[in-house]
Amino acid sequence: MTALRHPGLWLSLGVPALIGLWPIVTQNAANREVVFTILMSMVLASSLNIFLGYTGYVNFGSIVFFGLGGYVGFYLMSAQGVSLVPAILGGGTASGLLAFVLGRAILRLRGAYFALATIGVNEAARAFINNFVPFGGPIGMSLNFAVYTQYGGATHALWFAYRLLLILTLGVILVSFFVKTSRFGLGLQAIRENEDAAEVMGVVAPDAKTWAYVLSAIFPGMIGVLFFFKNGNVEPGDAFRLHASIETIVMVMLGGAGTVFGPLLGAGMYQRLRGLLLVSPVFKNVQLVVAGILLLLIILFVPAGVVGWLRQRFPRLRRVLE
Amino acid sequence: MLDTLLASLTDGILLGFVYGLAAMGLALIWGVMNVINLAHGPIIALGMFGAYFLFTSFGMNPYLALLPIAVLGLLLGMIMYVLAVHRVINAPHLSTLLATFAVNMIIIGLGTAALTTTPRNIDFSLGSFVVGPATILWNRLAAALATIVIVGLLYLFLQRTRPGKHIRAVTDNRSAAELMGIPSSRVLALTFGLGSMLAAVAGGLIATLFPFNILSGGGYELKSFLIGVLGSLGNPFGALLGGLILGAIEGLLPGFVPTTWVPVFEFVFFVLILLWRPNGLLGARR
Repeated sequence: MTALRHPGLWLSLGVPALIGLWPIVTQNAANREVVFTILMSMVLASSLNIFLGYTGYVNFGSIVFFGLGGYVGFYLMSAQGVSLVPAILGGGTASGLLAFVLGRAILRLRGAYFALATIGVNEAARAFINNFVPFGGPIGMSLNFAVYTQYGGATHALWFAYRLLLILTLGVILVSFFVKTSRFGLGLQAIRENEDAAEVMGVVAPDAKTWAYVLSAIFPGMIGVLFFFKNGNVEPGDAFRLHASIETIVMVMLGGAGTVFGPLLGAGMYQRLRGLLLVSPVFKNVQLVVAGILLLLIILFVPAGVVGWLRQRFPRLRRVLE
Repeated sequence: MLDTLLASLTDGILLGFVYGLAAMGLALIWGVMNVINLAHGPIIALGMFGAYFLFTSFGMNPYLALLPIAVLGLLLGMIMYVLAVHRVINAPHLSTLLATFAVNMIIIGLGTAALTTTPRNIDFSLGSFVVGPATILWNRLAAALATIVIVGLLYLFLQRTRPGKHIRAVTDNRSAAELMGIPSSRVLALTFGLGSMLAAVAGGLIATLFPFNILSGGGYELKSFLIGVLGSLGNPFGALLGGLILGAIEGLLPGFVPTTWVPVFEFVFFVLILLWRPNGLLGARR
């Protein structure tokens, strides 16, 4: 496997792994909470990047998969008594299936029309869950505290969820890397540059786009289950925040869309920045403004993001930064 | 049953005029420069607050207040174009979508910090009158009439004046218009200004009908997308018709399904129409 000798893969895996191991080594619950948020953002940003970065389609509804997967997994745990790992697999499967069906339909649209449709899907999903009685309607669902006993109490359950998150994070990075370096990924990037030309060259665009969409949906669905398991409750407002989709886009653009390391770096940077702003008395109320200005500056002046910019500026780094 | 339906249909259609006005700004910008303005909602919300402050601080009649709101909306849109959109106008859709969304975040962030999210309302009721089964609120009728006047003015502007003709020329073919000596950057800035002016004025009218806060614009932005595909995305006058259709649907649907299900149907409908006729029900076939 030549790919395993690529330094870009080890950099992309190594940095999140080191960050992820830090709370486990220190056994500190406060660190764990901070890193949980960062790793979760990394998974969401990397997943979105598989679709948005490689194919160039804007998805404003990526959080639908997070919300739906979370809801399905949560339903399995709270109403059916399934334990966490199968629930995560259930959530991931549900998201993947939804992406497949949705992708078949709405990926026929291109450009801005597709972006509008994803906003519609997000709103339709939230409105539907708000009314869907088995999932608790507008109130949502909560876990019975007794559920945690099978993991050895709530504290152990949280550490267990954290370790699963770390494994999933490394998993999504592997998927992202192998998609990018594969023939399939090359097809996706050809679609991004010119969809018609790609089709002429033999890329079956509808299939390729759909599979990229499905791949980008599975991990957020699984992460959704973990997140709501940790929180102990789930409600429509938390699960389908249009804003969370946008934050994920900011992370991807900040680090560099279409690169493997970029979204990870972007997620880390964005969450650190947000953490700093939230505790600062001056910026506490205007963190959204700062994020907006940051996004605008990136779009206008460094559209390739940090990693993309470094790759353009210092060609030698291309061997390390994938 | 029929009487209640008729009453809610009348209400819905009157409201539809205002929905249409809100969507016209979006449709105009999309039609002329192929940009979907994701800062549309916050501008509607700023229009609402404009009407609110002019009414509460200066005691200005809310309908008269539409004039200063229109001027401010025009300026805001032109500034937005220069700062956020101009540099990426020829870039892929991703860039313009994200640039306008960044403006959305900035306005919402500043608005939330300065104005909080407490609901406000303009205490200005004109009373009502009864026609057959329907009770019509004068506020709604006045808003519908104001919309008709504004649409008429926009039509005259686009058809009869020189800048209006420039806008139509740039819509049809930007490069050819530039070759004819039309300053396309200035025309695009003016269009963006007009689009946000329409949004702000619609916000001012909505403020006389319902309570609102800085986040309220978002709902009307989503409705505007829906109306865009109901009418035709690039045509402001199609948007007015789309608004009337949406108003009628919102008036009729609650007679058949629980009110909380209405948004589910609306957005499923939205995605289906996008798939079937991406340029809108009344738009040209691809």
